Amino acid sequence: MSDQLLRTENLIVGYGRHIIVQGMDFSVNPGEIVTLIGANGAGKSTLLKTIANQLAPLAGTVYLHDKAGISERELAKIMSVVLTVRIDPELMTCEDVVSSGRYPYTGRLGILSENDRQKVAEAMEMTHVTELRERAFSQLSDGQRQRVMLARAVCQEPEILVLDEPTSFLDMKHKLELLMLIRRLTEEKQIGVIVSLHELELAERVSDRILCIRNGKIDRTGTPGEIFKDDYIRELYQISCGSYHPVTGAELEAVKGKPEIFVIGGGGMGIPVYRRLQRQGIPFACGVLHENDMEYPVASALAAEVMTEKAFEPVSEIQFQKAAAVLEKCRNVICACTAFGTMNQKNFELLKLAETAGKLIKNQIL
Amino acid sequence: MKFNRKSRYIAGFLLLILCVVLFFCLNLLTGSSQMTLSKMLEVLTGNSSDTTAQNILLRIRLPRLSAAFLLGGALSVSGFLLQCFFGNPIAGPFVLGISSGAKLAVALVMVTALQIGISVSSWMMVLASFLGAMLSMGWILLISRKVRSMSLLIVSGVMLGYICSAVTELIVAFADDANIVNLHNWSMGSFSGTDWQDVRLMTSIILLCLLLTFLMSKPLNAYQLGEAYAENMGVNLKKFRITIILLSSILSACVTAFAGPVSFVGVAVPHLMKTLFGTAKPIIIIPASFLGGGVFCLGCDLLARNLFAPTELSISTVTAVFGAPVVIWIMLHRSMKNYE
Repeated sequence: MSDQLLRTENLIVGYGRHIIVQGMDFSVNPGEIVTLIGANGAGKSTLLKTIANQLAPLAGTVYLHDKAGISERELAKIMSVVLTVRIDPELMTCEDVVSSGRYPYTGRLGILSENDRQKVAEAMEMTHVTELRERAFSQLSDGQRQRVMLARAVCQEPEILVLDEPTSFLDMKHKLELLMLIRRLTEEKQIGVIVSLHELELAERVSDRILCIRNGKIDRTGTPGEIFKDDYIRELYQISCGSYHPVTGAELEAVKGKPEIFVIGGGGMGIPVYRRLQRQGIPFACGVLHENDMEYPVASALAAEVMTEKAFEPVSEIQFQKAAAVLEKCRNVICACTAFGTMNQKNFELLKLAETAGKLIKNQIL
Repeated sequence: MKFNRKSRYIAGFLLLILCVVLFFCLNLLTGSSQMTLSKMLEVLTGNSSDTTAQNILLRIRLPRLSAAFLLGGALSVSGFLLQCFFGNPIAGPFVLGISSGAKLAVALVMVTALQIGISVSSWMMVLASFLGAMLSMGWILLISRKVRSMSLLIVSGVMLGYICSAVTELIVAFADDANIVNLHNWSMGSFSGTDWQDVRLMTSIILLCLLLTFLMSKPLNAYQLGEAYAENMGVNLKKFRITIILLSSILSACVTAFAGPVSFVGVAVPHLMKTLFGTAKPIIIIPASFLGGGVFCLGCDLLARNLFAPTELSISTVTAVFGAPVVIWIMLHRSMKNYE
């Protein structure tokens, strides 16, 4: 296919004789964000360095526009990078740093033309760093630096943008801004982006395709929908303590033992209660939850026991009895649920049961 | 802002040129034999019949000050290159031991030549000096691969410098010959005794290197962002590294061959120029360092000759007095910045 910007063929990357990731065949198309995820040390950065021609592949080939072995000068016009190395350029303003992206286009002495200046200004406008133009680069915050480095990469007018963990060190606002910016760039300029991310929830939202690296190979490739399902993430990161759910995120390890507190949950209101009990190290039971309730994944990750009911069915008598039996053995009951209706009518009865037994405690007290 | 920057550059260069002219005149006028301005102008325009004045000005002072200017400039440019290369603001040919390595090589060649009774040409001196500089450079490169710490690199450079100086002293002490007095003077660093032939040779070497260095200002600028980004911008790192090492070694070797080791100019002047121009852009700082280094050495030589006349100080004594505080200032300034 000729519209592939980048394609690798049986690529093996690593240092010296040490293979880190092997057998890689993947491609990046114009207007597409491909995200690399995987545990620390899985080889994401090594792969990105190899793609950016900063590290020779141990075997295999990286094709750009179906061509291999492109010269440094040509490559500089096709690909730009934002890396994790911190730079500390002496006495450089942000504009100087951004202008350096025009390097492949300037003459022998690197003097900027009017057109170059225009491109620099556009790139700074796009990444919202115009107001930092005259500021010294070394005085910027991490978020500002990252945006300036992105502006530098943008004014290099690449077809492929390689970003190594661009969101580390940034706060949530700047993470979102940066990724939205990358998304916009991808669509407006139809560039291809290959990026490594540690924030799974962001990877899920921003990527068109995800490459999962595990055990020295590409373990899985697919759309976010295909990757973020079931227990795959848990497997990918080999999470043995705690858990990860694609929607509700990471949870710490459940407190084991006989339940001391029964939580009547439902509709997501129970989530903070479950997490608090986990922090306090109190084993608890909860129910009766519908299997499609938004707090169900959290409950099953944290509770010692979860009473469940099938989705969209009213809580049955059998489940109610089971829950009542567990509740009986618990020291206290917390009711996190605030709304009762046809489907969870039995939960209201559980609440009454707790009240008469004098076990009900207020949600906030604990 | 754009306009301000440009006018700052222009003003900076005008100031430097003015200083060059001023110190040229001062160096011509002062010395053990008094000279008046009108007499000097007469000699320079070729209207003087005073042969003593002609000899003093044209045979002694003019070549000497030309050497001071050219060699000072070469040292500063070499220092600037090393600073860019190692990403270290206090790197320089003297602190990294490159000058001392060159000194050792030259001393060896001179002593051997004296012993077997052949005279050493300037060319041979430059060559020996270059070889010595390259050996030291090789050592420093090895160290810089092993350690990432700036201060460790400098410490090992200074230590290398001491070792080379010690060996040089040893050679000088054991080579008993009348000519050793010259060798001793030279090993302390001095611009005295330069003749026109030397000046011609150093001019051709230095100006050629300066031109090549100037042509490297674009990749140097990219390199200031670090190797990874330089590579992404299309800089051929291998070629770049070799060129920078060769140029900085030739420049500092040339200085050592003609004037012996001259301390601190290579560190202090580029830094002063960066402060004066408010930028580290190689395209500005390379020519500025050359002019600035020239002025600095002219000024220092002026003091070396006149401060305790008729006794002459070694040039390193004077450059150290003015250069070392600048180095301390840089280090304090940087560590303060890190604490902020």
